[in-house]
Amino acid sequence: MKKLDKNKLILGVAAPVLAIVAALAITSVIILATGKDPIHAYTVMADFGSKSDSQVWIVNKAIPYYLSALAVAIGFRMNLFNIGVDGQYRIAAFFAAVVGGALTLPGFLQIPLIIIVAMLVGSVWAGIAGLLKTTRGVSEVITTIMLNSIAAAVIGYFLQEGRLAQKDGNLFHTPNIPSSSHFFTIPTTPKPLDGFLVVAVIVGALYWFVLNRTRFGFDLRTVGQSESAAEASGVSVKRMVVTSMLLSGAAAGLIGMPTLLGVSYNYGTDFPIGIGFTGIAIALLGRNHPVGMAAGALLWGFLERTGTQLEFEDYQQEIVGVMQGVIVLCVVIAYELVRRYGLRLQQRQVGEELAAQARKTDKAEVSA
Amino acid sequence: MHRVSKIVATGVATAALAASLTACGESSTEAGGADKGVGLAFDVGGRDDHSFNEAASRGVDKAGKELGVKSKLMTAKNGETEADREQRLSSLAEAGYNPVIGVGFNYGKSVNKVAKDYPKTTFGVVDSGATAKNVYGMVFAEHEGSYLAGVAAALKSKTHKVGFIGGVNNALIQKFQAGFEQGVRETDPSAKITSEYLYANDDKGFNDPAAAKGKAKGMLDAGIDVIYTAAGQSGNGSIETVAGKKGTWAIGVDSDQYLQPGLAQYKGSILTSVMKNVDVAVFDLVKSVKDKKPLTGDKLYTLKDNGVRLSTSGGFIDDIQAKLDAAKEKIASGQVKVGESPKK
Repeated sequence: MKKLDKNKLILGVAAPVLAIVAALAITSVIILATGKDPIHAYTVMADFGSKSDSQVWIVNKAIPYYLSALAVAIGFRMNLFNIGVDGQYRIAAFFAAVVGGALTLPGFLQIPLIIIVAMLVGSVWAGIAGLLKTTRGVSEVITTIMLNSIAAAVIGYFLQEGRLAQKDGNLFHTPNIPSSSHFFTIPTTPKPLDGFLVVAVIVGALYWFVLNRTRFGFDLRTVGQSESAAEASGVSVKRMVVTSMLLSGAAAGLIGMPTLLGVSYNYGTDFPIGIGFTGIAIALLGRNHPVGMAAGALLWGFLERTGTQLEFEDYQQEIVGVMQGVIVLCVVIAYELVRRYGLRLQQRQVGEELAAQARKTDKAEVSA
Repeated sequence: MHRVSKIVATGVATAALAASLTACGESSTEAGGADKGVGLAFDVGGRDDHSFNEAASRGVDKAGKELGVKSKLMTAKNGETEADREQRLSSLAEAGYNPVIGVGFNYGKSVNKVAKDYPKTTFGVVDSGATAKNVYGMVFAEHEGSYLAGVAAALKSKTHKVGFIGGVNNALIQKFQAGFEQGVRETDPSAKITSEYLYANDDKGFNDPAAAKGKAKGMLDAGIDVIYTAAGQSGNGSIETVAGKKGTWAIGVDSDQYLQPGLAQYKGSILTSVMKNVDVAVFDLVKSVKDKKPLTGDKLYTLKDNGVRLSTSGGFIDDIQAKLDAAKEKIASGQVKVGESPKK
């Protein structure tokens, strides 16, 4: 048994190492193909990325990515492909901004209220897909992606002058939330860290705890591995589907909050979009693990921060996008390869043990 | 429970570590305000959108030729956040570019924010106003130019059905729609106007030519024979589709699209273009910085002072030029007020 554990450890380390080496090699070849020096590119990135203001930028940028990855991962863990995180966080942030802009309560009441509204709207939007799946058997892949478009259309309808928005130069945005509802920041020089970092860490810890240390989390993972086995052992799969969609949507509702409460203070034409899709990549990258996804989100932030700098060294702007894609592919492929290899190793071991046992019984029969 | 507390502790420690590293590390921001030339940050679509961005880069090219000013052009990706835009602008200022110009309304907030960090650098923003001291806000009367496009469309349409395609349904593009619709209505009250948008609120609308193709196809099938598209790079798709059907016209936007080499094979179908003289505005700003008398504050470029105008290349509107001039005169004199928001 001890030997198997050692194998497990080696296999566990092998996957990420394989992925990193492969990603670096492929990216280097691509940079070489554009006629540039890859080593210089990495030096520039490491140099610029480790500057103090870069660190703050990267952490701040990673916060919504991390929350998004968590929202996606809740679905992933039970084999639900929630592609609708993008629509969920946008519509959640929009209505949270509307509520926040309409009220002037003290901050300690209004900030939680805004966040709760966002989580509620997000979970309602995701819950629609959950209900459709359990009652009508519609695949959540289809419904969530369509709900993205519907969310965009709903926001588009209300984000007009005279409806829920006001005109400001060439932009529409919801009324600003009062300054008492601005989220706190952690003072660092030269720019402050977003206080939502604390929320992200707490949500990450909660995710880990609920999935790994509660009955609910066990049920959820069981459904993810085998619906029929879960059903047979008394888990209501339908209830799990709806609940996890609701949870995924609630987590998605948080994604827009660092921006709303810390940067823009309103939902306008320029509110960031697409973070829900980035979350899918990061959840894949982090293998749905709370620490892995944090690393993935930070890596994403790092690449985006340093990509701009590469442009100043006359590298193509698209290099960073290529790197991100290559990394995700490498991670997914590396883990799959290592998993298969591990499986074969295990099969061989079991086979050997069985053979050994068979030989022993043979001998016993002969001697008898 | 033990492992939970460990995880939480690790998380907090990581955060604290990041914060403390931050506090002692070296910062990448220093002075700025050097003299490396003009730094231009585009919105999505990039330099070669044959339309809005290209107009801005023409201004930079002219500055390069006439004033010997060097330049650095950078382009936004889809789905960017304020942080991305701020970084692009501060990197340009940091590298010593002056002026640093954000092209597109998306840069409104970030330009004014970053400008405060680099008081020695002059910033510019197209399609948005200035709130910081060292910012030049260049805004245009798109609705006035679009009014003339409406007049031309109404006069040229044989089916009395005209169409408007907007990239994204935001306040800026609604100005194009409002002006166009008013121009059509006041020229040919019986004409039927169809106005549609590619996206409700996704900036993809400015670089999705395939979506514009689909919309234009639908309009042509419904008997519409003049289509005005205000959608940046997406407009190329609409122009291409219109060129595929004889006897129909496309109206271009921002640049003189008849003269765009990339659109040369469709130019016979480009009736005119509502030109937004972003190039003039950008050139003015670069020149002012070069002359050490940097422009600041807001500047509205109107039809009256040729900040927006209709292009005449191709000669397709020569026969109605007199009527267009009359309409322009009415707007310039204030006799006709063009609305900025479409009638609902």
